[in-house]
Amino acid sequence: MNEVLLIKSGELALKGQNRSGFEQQLIGTLRRRLRPLGEWQFILAQSTIQAIPLSAGMDMEEAARRAGRVFGISAYARAARVPKDIRAILEGCAEYLAPVLRYAQTFKVEAKRSDKTFPLKSPQICETAGGYLLERFPHLRVDVHRPEVTVMVEVREQFAFLHADQVKGAGGLPTGSAGDAAVLISGGIDSPAAAWMMARRGLRLTAVHFASPPYTSARAEEKVHKLLRQVAKYSGRVRLHVVGFTKIQEEIRQKCPEELFTLVMRRFMMRIAEQIARENNCHALITGEQLGQVASQTLQALVCTDAATGLPVFRPLIGMDKEDTVRLARQIGTYEISILPFEDCCTVFTPRHPRTRPKLHFVEQAEAALDADELIREALENTQSHWIE
Amino acid sequence: MEAYLDNSATTPPCPEAIAAMREALTTVWGNPSSLHWAGLNAERLLAQSRESLAELFGCEPAEVTFTSGGTESNNLAIFGAANALRRRGRRVVTSAVEHSSIAESVKELASRGFEVVYLSVDRGGRVSEQELMQAINAETILVSLMAVNNEVGSLQPVEVIRRVVQYHRAPALIHCDAVQAFGKLPMQPARLGVDLMTVSSHKIHGPKGAGALYVRRGVKLNPLVYGGSQENRLRPGTEGMPAIAGFSAAVRALPNPMAIMDYVSSLRDRLVAGAASMEGVKLNSPPDALPYLTNLSVPGLQSETMLNFLSERGICVSSGSACAKGKKSRVLRAMGLGDADIAGALRISLSRFTTWEEIDAFLYALNEARLTLARK
Repeated sequence: MNEVLLIKSGELALKGQNRSGFEQQLIGTLRRRLRPLGEWQFILAQSTIQAIPLSAGMDMEEAARRAGRVFGISAYARAARVPKDIRAILEGCAEYLAPVLRYAQTFKVEAKRSDKTFPLKSPQICETAGGYLLERFPHLRVDVHRPEVTVMVEVREQFAFLHADQVKGAGGLPTGSAGDAAVLISGGIDSPAAAWMMARRGLRLTAVHFASPPYTSARAEEKVHKLLRQVAKYSGRVRLHVVGFTKIQEEIRQKCPEELFTLVMRRFMMRIAEQIARENNCHALITGEQLGQVASQTLQALVCTDAATGLPVFRPLIGMDKEDTVRLARQIGTYEISILPFEDCCTVFTPRHPRTRPKLHFVEQAEAALDADELIREALENTQSHWIE
Repeated sequence: MEAYLDNSATTPPCPEAIAAMREALTTVWGNPSSLHWAGLNAERLLAQSRESLAELFGCEPAEVTFTSGGTESNNLAIFGAANALRRRGRRVVTSAVEHSSIAESVKELASRGFEVVYLSVDRGGRVSEQELMQAINAETILVSLMAVNNEVGSLQPVEVIRRVVQYHRAPALIHCDAVQAFGKLPMQPARLGVDLMTVSSHKIHGPKGAGALYVRRGVKLNPLVYGGSQENRLRPGTEGMPAIAGFSAAVRALPNPMAIMDYVSSLRDRLVAGAASMEGVKLNSPPDALPYLTNLSVPGLQSETMLNFLSERGICVSSGSACAKGKKSRVLRAMGLGDADIAGALRISLSRFTTWEEIDAFLYALNEARLTLARK
């Protein structure tokens, strides 16, 4: 008996004329994620993708886990593929689903018949299979309302597919279907969660990280690599640009009023990220800012940071509470990495009393003391790029 | 140039230790408890290792228990003694500047109903004999004091505890955490008057994963883990022979500590003189500290920033105990230092293999850090 993955695309069904493009993108992503496990064939039919292993001894457990992290998938299931013959279907159900059925008390059978030439109609399939399974597993009872196990029989063009309950997928839209955006990533809890949320809406990610050695350590940068590797399990590989930021911070500290340090710094980050974004074909910036979380994330402060860039800034966490973000970060597996104890933003330069209601023109005045273009040019020259997979 | 000046965190293994480990992995790989020839060979190696330590301690081989390292030895001493003597009294006396494996263990004892008394330290990081006299009473079952502090190098008056305990007629066992002193000072438990003494392999150019606890003959400890009859039932489990063999080879390779003290002292003097000539650098170690350890501060700079700066130049030092992973030092706090001094502390720790060039490279880079890094 062959085992395959049945993958249901999600919101794609809504997207009218774009649908086939989305589906092709989804298959492309699946192909890349499953390829390391062996050879696969993909068949698309009725908004279901059949992923068929061609190599022997495929690790289907891991394959299912990987499929569960692909955006654009609403649900998936491991299924047995059997010939379109009622005998094969019945025996297939009993054999393939024995591990689940043996430990369940109630079940029901659901059938779907896209091949209308199959001699049995859907209700008949349910009836026959239900009866057969009751005979084989006499401890079971049928419960059509709240069964512990739903046995699905899907009769398609070439084969019939048998599986138990589907697993919910990661949802969202296929990676890249919404274009490219650059995320400003620190070592904290918020930015990886923000990156994940926007990747789920179909954005392909480029990441920008600001390092200030020796005020920040090599370990802090390694932490960013770790975080992005976790995000990349969902979003696909990410290009990371690490910007050498020390000089800019030292200049700001020397020449700007202390209460505006963080704000001026944020504006420089936005400008540099915008340049990197434009060079890499990205059309938006993503940050992990949450309204009011810290002084640089008050409404007035956000007005000032936004003014520094011409690109739209996506802040998916803006209306969330910290606890919501923590829950999300735990769910996607970045939380444990985020709380490692390394300085990510230099405490040396944190003002004692930051301005919480800054006025844009004061900030611009403060910045006039700096040769912004030259500093940014230097920082960009001082940028190193890596692929994170 | 590279300079490794973090020898109190760990030391590079010496060639003798590496050779002994290789032998224990390739030739003498048997289980010391097995009855056949392979087991017998391993048992001989284990016995030989134990003798090497016993010789240095000036004790009998049966008084040496091998463990996985300093932390386990300290835990075995604290919980083993407290559990064995819990009906004789409730008081445990220790200092405010012990290693975390002692500090956390006695904290746990306190939560189990023991009365823990912490001895304060002076500006030099040393506990006073008077306070020791007052802290120990007839209900005291355990006194644990380190020989050399792991962050500043101050020496503790371990040798007076025996007399104080006898004066109070306390049933107390005396434990000494000698991890930082071992191999650098003559540490003979009988002369120091201690019942239990902790040492570790990887601080004396042996491998990680081995340590020992000296347990004076006649002292009864309760084990922490239960199993076979290895290590006199005090520490069951098949002996970690490669690490133990490497440990004992490193012990045999140790020179007489007093013979190299002059060399290490001269290194320290150069280090201290160089640092003292820089404006804004403050020495935290007392003048009579063990020369292997020097703690200094550059107030206004953060330890972590300086560590990164020095690390980029190939120089390894630390901000304090490696086991505290960058947390603010409670040792320096107990010594009464201010916040800025604590936040900017560096620990420079030497070994007998440290060179003049390494000291100079550090001083050069420290000066550069002092002059170029932005202050808070």
